[in-house]
Amino acid sequence: MSRQMGDSHRRFLQTMMANGIIDEQGAKTLHQHCCQTHNAQYAPDRLDDFIDTINSKLQPMFMQIRKGMSEDNGHQYYALVNMVENDVTRMTSDYADNELELFRKMMDLIVGSEDGKLSSIDILNSADSMTTKKLKKSEVEHLLNRLVQDKWLSEKRGEYTLSTRCIIEMEPYIRTMYQDQVKVCHICHAIAFQCQICENPTCGIKIHNPCVARYFKGRTEPRCPACEDFWPHEIPEVRRLRSQ
Amino acid sequence: MSSRKRPSNPQSASQPRRQTGGSAAQEEDDDVAFTQPSTSQVQRGLEKVTEAQVDQKSAEVVQYFLLKDQKKVPVRRADLVKHVVKEHRNIYPEIIKRAARTLDQVFGLKLVEIDPKNHMYILVNNLETSGDASPTTRPTDPKRGLLFVILSVIFMKGGVVRENVVWNTLKKLRVDPGEKHDEFGDVKKVVTDEFVRQRYLEFQRIPHTEPVEHEFRWGQRAEAEVSKAKILEFMGQLHDRDPQSWTQQYKEAHSSQNSSQQAGGSSQR
Repeated sequence: MSRQMGDSHRRFLQTMMANGIIDEQGAKTLHQHCCQTHNAQYAPDRLDDFIDTINSKLQPMFMQIRKGMSEDNGHQYYALVNMVENDVTRMTSDYADNELELFRKMMDLIVGSEDGKLSSIDILNSADSMTTKKLKKSEVEHLLNRLVQDKWLSEKRGEYTLSTRCIIEMEPYIRTMYQDQVKVCHICHAIAFQCQICENPTCGIKIHNPCVARYFKGRTEPRCPACEDFWPHEIPEVRRLRSQ
Repeated sequence: MSSRKRPSNPQSASQPRRQTGGSAAQEEDDDVAFTQPSTSQVQRGLEKVTEAQVDQKSAEVVQYFLLKDQKKVPVRRADLVKHVVKEHRNIYPEIIKRAARTLDQVFGLKLVEIDPKNHMYILVNNLETSGDASPTTRPTDPKRGLLFVILSVIFMKGGVVRENVVWNTLKKLRVDPGEKHDEFGDVKKVVTDEFVRQRYLEFQRIPHTEPVEHEFRWGQRAEAEVSKAKILEFMGQLHDRDPQSWTQQYKEAHSSQNSSQQAGGSSQR
């Protein structure tokens, strides 16, 4: 990669630094905006090349703009990630030791769970078993809000999941730390938290909910892509990209 | 991959210290311990390390600056040396040179020394940001608007104003510094503490006043980052008046143009 960065690349990167993560459509619009602002050549279908140019310059800083799927809506996202400390130590500048301990506990529970979700009650309970300085109930609630705000967690109706950015950024870490527990999607081969599991005990493959939606779309009798057994779960609908 | 060393915990390394009188003496002490090495010392130092080691160190310095910039806290050279550069302090000038180049060429940010006596650095954006109709709007900080109003008042009043002028202006905009604001919280604290710490504003006591009174000036970060011409343009639109009719301000805005905002400066590269 010898292509030089221009101000269009720099503006794109600055926006990524401010946002942390943007969806594919947002990235496309931003790409266009940055090229037009700086009168740079704009090729709509070359977004990934454009990002590769930035990544080649980010590499010495162990940073990268990485692409990944949201388990929630199945859309592609771009996240600016840190490659070396893809352990939670990356968060040390913003969180206290005991807060990180609780976050690690939450990761353990989420990775070990069936559906990748954690209720606030579960979190409060695990806060009781902390070894470092215990957090009060109100402190736990405050911490959860911050983790959601900083885009490490997502919250829906009192249930917490790892956010898309967190999964994209920590995928290598999660794969190493939780080798035996981590689930991998049979369709897209990325790690999976919110997924459906084949009920054939000798098979048991996992598929992300959005991957299920896409894979079985329009099939009358869904069968497991690995063992051909009947797929007994409800098939979610494909979530459309928001229109331009 | 984790064998590479990185500034693992820069925060604890240099808790944003209040720039109050009490800690100033100690900060001086820290800095005295580090004397800038001479060119020949750097030369000799460079012969003892590999190119990769120098690059590695400058990458760490870049990360450190980016982290501090998120909170807009100025970086003290003494902290940088103590917590990041460490054993390579003998080639510090070369490391900072490379870090500055990376910040400029990759991130579009300029490394500026705002305080040559105490050696404080900040990052200033090379890319024009005002009027940036970016489609993915940055999580715009509502405090920026508050700051912009205050900077405008100070600039239009000739560079220094008594605190009452600022508070009264804000009151007219329905931001009462005595009350908790929905968006800003404790307005007085944001203005006199946060903006001051970030070096957007200076807030100093006026000597020999009873009761105690303070005055506001532009801080070093504002001088480096905010375009006075833009402020004047904005005031012109607001008052439906030609910016040139404020002769003093116009002169200042366009003479300081070079030393402050250098937007687009990196586009020639």
